[in-house]
Amino acid sequence: MNISCKRASELMSQEQDRDLSFTEWTALHAHLAVCRGCRAVREQFKTLRKALRALSEGEK
Amino acid sequence: MAAVHDFRGQVEALRPYLVRYASLTLRNRDAAEDAVQETLLAALSAEGRFEGRSNLRTWLTGILKHKCVDAVRRASREAPLAGEDAETAGEDFEALFDDREHWREHPSPWENPDGALEQKQFLRALEMCLAGLPARTAQVFMLREHAGLETPEICKELGITASHCWVLLYRARMALRLCLEKNWFAK
Repeated sequence: MNISCKRASELMSQEQDRDLSFTEWTALHAHLAVCRGCRAVREQFKTLRKALRALSEGEK
Repeated sequence: MAAVHDFRGQVEALRPYLVRYASLTLRNRDAAEDAVQETLLAALSAEGRFEGRSNLRTWLTGILKHKCVDAVRRASREAPLAGEDAETAGEDFEALFDDREHWREHPSPWENPDGALEQKQFLRALEMCLAGLPARTAQVFMLREHAGLETPEICKELGITASHCWVLLYRARMALRLCLEKNWFAK
């Protein structure tokens, strides 16, 4: 199944909050394999999570 | 006695920091001050349990997270945040996508994100971006990422559905990535 970047971005957000279904997971990874923009956004979402952790741990 | 006084002083010194964080979650200065006050009282009465554990700031932040969750629970019971959904409904980042829902402009990787996390100024920029989120979106995001709650707990506390929760978290992440890109990574 071919998904859009918009749908991929929604799934990349949701994968941080719940387990994706097998169908969703395979569709997302098929998309990521061919989409550089979405790969960048996925990394950015991961950075956001780390950034919030850094915020509560405080500056070093 | 000097040690007791010292502990109290150290705890008090962290008050402004705690108020900032409570404000980001609660979006209400009075509620934030109350949560911090409860945190400081709890900390002072539990000093013995702090001995030798993590650092003071991390410990206080841990207590504060619980107080914020309590405050959100109370507030959403007393007065659900009405009208907020309309506030954000139109803002679905449509402009970023073309008519086939692909990126109009392909996002590029951020340069040295891990290095940014080490910098005070980056964390200030992040706080600024968080403060710019609509209230309910920010609340859900802070409960998820700052307090570390799972989405079912957030839904329960705020009385919203899981899918609504995911939509708000998505909006928060999309808005924050745009805000950080503009205010930090574009430099």
